[in-house]
Parts: sequence; structure tokens; C-alpha cells
Amino acid sequence: MSSPIETDVAIIGAGPIGLFAVFELGLLDLKCHLIDILDRPGGQCTELYPEKPIYDIPGLPIVTGQELTDRLLEQAKPFNPTFHLSQMASALTKLDDGRWKLTTDMGTEIIAPVVVIAAGGGSFVPKRPPIAGIEAYEGKSVHYAVRKMEQFRGKNILIAGGGDSALDWTINLAPIAAKLTLVHHRDGFRAAQHSVNQMRELAAHGKVNFEVASVKALHGSDGQLSAVTLANPEKKEWEHACDTFIQFFGLTIKLGPIADFGLNLTENLVAVDTAKFESTTPGIFAIGDINTYAGKLKLILSGFHEAALMAQAAFHIVKPNEKLRFQYTTSSSSLQKKLGVA
Amino acid sequence: MKIVATDRKGATREVEGRDGWSVMEILRDAGFDIAAECGGACACATCHVYVTEGWYEKLTPPSDAEIDMLDMALAVEPTSRLSCQITCGPDLDGIAVTVAPE
Repeated sequence: MSSPIETDVAIIGAGPIGLFAVFELGLLDLKCHLIDILDRPGGQCTELYPEKPIYDIPGLPIVTGQELTDRLLEQAKPFNPTFHLSQMASALTKLDDGRWKLTTDMGTEIIAPVVVIAAGGGSFVPKRPPIAGIEAYEGKSVHYAVRKMEQFRGKNILIAGGGDSALDWTINLAPIAAKLTLVHHRDGFRAAQHSVNQMRELAAHGKVNFEVASVKALHGSDGQLSAVTLANPEKKEWEHACDTFIQFFGLTIKLGPIADFGLNLTENLVAVDTAKFESTTPGIFAIGDINTYAGKLKLILSGFHEAALMAQAAFHIVKPNEKLRFQYTTSSSSLQKKLGVA
Repeated sequence: MKIVATDRKGATREVEGRDGWSVMEILRDAGFDIAAECGGACACATCHVYVTEGWYEKLTPPSDAEIDMLDMALAVEPTSRLSCQITCGPDLDGIAVTVAPE
């Protein structure tokens, strides 16, 4: 493991509010590192609705989730934030010198006097189907992603799902699997047409079996799957032998390890004051959808406001002996220099 | 109008719908455990419900976007719908739905 990173502010969540926080903190000369479980910035905006228009961002009458993210990234660029993507913030500990150490599930350690939680609803994690006893198989013979293809060589694989991931992995794993079956609840897919065509071609040649069905039960022992029960209205229920089950139903949001950070939570939200948006734990701030206070509205624009006020308070923690000079980007040449426009 | 809603534990109660609101909004505000992560944009499938037979057929059929999004829902059944895409109105007075498993 490499040595810990030391910075001014560690931000959990690279969604719109985390990104705007980089900008507001940057104007005050505070450097940021961001952690996000997704593999790219944007949070819900890029994960859930990249193509959907948003109409309530001040000054942008219509903007898609992806465009808003791109613009926020451009706005934050002069401040060179460092992104630690595909990682989940997993532990937060207070150091003897008063700073905080944030650790991720990949072993990244970030030490900073200020931690900003801009995690929205929490972490995006794979949806887990409500099949009894599935936990016992997870990691061994039930999977929610393909990290190493070789792991699946020679296996009798069952893939569930009807999106691009399900189809892409059906196509990619078919050549190395002993047998591969794709199950989906309907004979239609939410995926690129060429992938659908390719899968149907493989099915026509007997390289893939496609079943319109749902998985109802798992059978096996000690975490090793031997068969599943499939069901559909025509054939009712039947057993299907397989030793590996990979499912792709997209992601859902769970609060995750933040619940164990020792913060004051109200219904999975971090309680903050409305002057600084600081939690009841000094130095830990919460902005955006993850926080709660009287009158809270879960709007992106509210998160922007919260980021600006948080930055002012964070400055005094990071630079206790410096005076904060409040300036406007329109008139301050020093701010314009930081932004690279003067 | 009334919605007869059953939660994941099997408890059924009647809640008052509001014309023009989505069934998702009514259930969420009534305290049902519906994540509705995307806020009703037909973009996340976390407001998945089963509509009781008889009522299912009365609904405006799902859009292509909803059919696609249901592919990301778990435990989809023939009467599955996303409750953010069902609009309350007098024609649906008494509609019975069950919140699908997470």
C-alpha cells in the first residue's frame, strides 16, 4: 500500500455537488481529493439520467445530466482535483493531530483536516435479486460483475438481465464457457441492437441458450451452485443445472459504510447546521442530498448553496491563522488568476 | 380516489390518491418503502409495483421507456409496472398495488 495522501479536503462523492465543492474550495485555495464508487464523475446525473433534461438549474434552462457534469468538471478544472474512482469510502478515523483519515475499500488513505460528505443517497451497489439464501453463494458462484473473464472458463454459466451488460457478457463469455444460458423475463432487451442481433445469432447456432424466464430459487451447498429453478407462465417451473450465476440488474443506492462513521444520522441522512453545513462532528461536513436540516429540499441548486457556505467554514479549519478574503470572480484579479482567465 | 396498497411485509392499507399525482408519489409520501431514486423520471426502476389483475388491464400501457426500465427491476412479473408512470385519476379509484421486493 502506498503512503497516505495529505490534502486540505477529502470529498466523498463526485456528483454535481462534490464537483461544485471543488470549485468553491478552490477559490479559497483549498485542494481536494474526491472518492467515488462509480468509475466516472457525475453521480446520479450520469448513472441514472445522463440523457434526461434537467430544467431547474439556475441559468441553464435545459441541460442533461451528462452535460451538467461536463460543465461542472470544466468549472472545477483550474483547481486540479484528484479523483479516486471505483472506490468506496469505507472508514473514517480521527488522528491525534486533529485531522481525519479516510480509507477506501481499495486501500487508498487520505488525510485531511476537513471531510465533506457529498454522497447523495450513498453508494451505488449492484441490485441483488430477492432470491432466498442468495447471500450464501455470493462471491463464490453468484456474481454481479465480471472482473476476470478467466475465472469463468469452462463453467456452466447462467446470466440474468436484459441490458447491455447482460448481453455484452453473454457474447464475451460464450466462447470460453462450457455452456451459457441467458435468462430474461421477456423476449426483448434494453440494449444496443447489434448486441441483441449477435446474441440471437449465437442462440441460433446453439452457442447460447436463451430462456424467457425468471430465476425463482437456487440449489447447491457450501456456496457452490448446482442448479436454479426457472419459471415462466408457459412452462411453469423447471430446474436448470448451472454452476455459475451472473446477474446484471444495474445499480441501486445504499448508504453503505457512511452509516458506521459515527455521525449523527436522521433516517440515513446526516444532520447539519445551516450556517456551515457541518455535521455535529467538527470537521465533517455534509452537502447535497445526503444531509438534512429544517426546510431541506433535495435539489441540485440547494447543494450548490450548501457547498459555498461549507467552503467558507472549511477554510477556517484548514487555515486557522489566515483571514478569509471574500471576493467576487467578476472583480477579483487574484480569483481570475486562479481560474486561469487573468 | 383510493389506492389499496400492500407493503413488502404483506400489510395492506388504503391511501388517498390525488388526481394528477403519480402512484409513486402517493405511496412514498404515505410512508411506503419506495426508494424512487431518480425522483420519478422513469430512470431507476426502484418504484416497482405489482398491479392487481383486473386493474393492470385498465392502465395506459407502459411506454417503451418504461418497458426498457423494467428490465432493470428485480422479480418482474406480468403485472409489473413502475409506479412513477401510473397517474392517479377517477378511473383508477380503488386500484390495488403491491410494492415489489427490493
